[in-house]
Amino acid sequence: MCGATKGGLDLKGVDVDKEAVIQGQVLRGEEPVGGAYVRLLDSTGEFTAEVPTSATGHFRFFAAPGSWTLRTLAPKADPVDRQVVAQYGEVAEVAVTV
Amino acid sequence: MSRESALVSADWVEEHKSDDGVVLIEVDEDVSAYDAGHIAGAIKLDWKDDLQDAVRRDFVNQEQFSALLSERGVKNDDTVVLYGGNNNWFAAYAYWYFKLYGHEDVRLLDGGRKRWELDSRELTDEVVKRDATEYAAKEPNLEIRAFRDEVLEAIGVKNLVDVRSPDEYAGRLLAPAHLPQEQAQRAGHIPTAASIPWSKAANDDGTFRADDELKTLYADAGVDFGKDTIAYCRIGERSAHTWFVLHEILGQENVKNYDGSWTEWGSLVGVPVALGDEPGKA
Repeated sequence: MCGATKGGLDLKGVDVDKEAVIQGQVLRGEEPVGGAYVRLLDSTGEFTAEVPTSATGHFRFFAAPGSWTLRTLAPKADPVDRQVVAQYGEVAEVAVTV
Repeated sequence: MSRESALVSADWVEEHKSDDGVVLIEVDEDVSAYDAGHIAGAIKLDWKDDLQDAVRRDFVNQEQFSALLSERGVKNDDTVVLYGGNNNWFAAYAYWYFKLYGHEDVRLLDGGRKRWELDSRELTDEVVKRDATEYAAKEPNLEIRAFRDEVLEAIGVKNLVDVRSPDEYAGRLLAPAHLPQEQAQRAGHIPTAASIPWSKAANDDGTFRADDELKTLYADAGVDFGKDTIAYCRIGERSAHTWFVLHEILGQENVKNYDGSWTEWGSLVGVPVALGDEPGKA
């Protein structure tokens, strides 16, 4: 994770034409929050996936094209929901502030 | 079985983690998570390197499991408390596995690693080494493990519960969305299986929902508690979570985990597959 490029995680090895990537970073103020949990919910609010953030606060999902909700749980913070649209050939970058 | 005999709280773990006869074991999908930090005193089991045969697609056998737990310092009469990331998916898988090999006293930490972290409870990177023991696994209990032929015969007869996400069930995705798309040759689900994602059994923080909510969840989705049940997912770990809910928390008998799951079923030649959001016909 240390080699993360500005604007998000390094996409080396990821065929973005074939994946609908959603990725981003969880922040408290300007500080990255490692060990937060980001849940990917589908358009009906159903859980699809969840990842813990890296030490630099980053997360990534390989989703299907469509509308999604990111629900972020972090220690000493209320859950935060963010809407995002994913599509093939594009990387949806989301910054989440808790 | 019941919630009281199968689950422990984080407070219970804080109080008893150093007791003689209590062994904490972390089991993760991300096998590096333990090394970065674990509950004090906990040892690690690697769900792949430790629990899967290195060549065939199967478990380690009775002798290998005995040797593994002997080397890690677990005794037959220890209270084994399992926890892990991913809402305890792999810890529930290990729980099922310990039960399969006849370990008497196994518990799951409710909420697993996530609830522990969200509570800002302590984690340590201290290396844990337990003295070797003479562990003796029992014959595998196949009352809780289903194989493919039995699943084929169960279509339209037993409850089949598909615990993957709705998109995996419908055939729009082949794997959970945080993993690259790969695995089975075909997408979809086993005809007649009810779609009851594992996540509906858990709260956002990974703890299990209340018994009455759980009963309603499965009954409303068409599970007939008077029939035998087989749960499956992609590789058997999320369905171990649902097996845990049905068999261990709710005390249902005759519940099996089909650990071959979709990676096997979706690659078999000639078996029926249903696409879309409806269960389909037998």
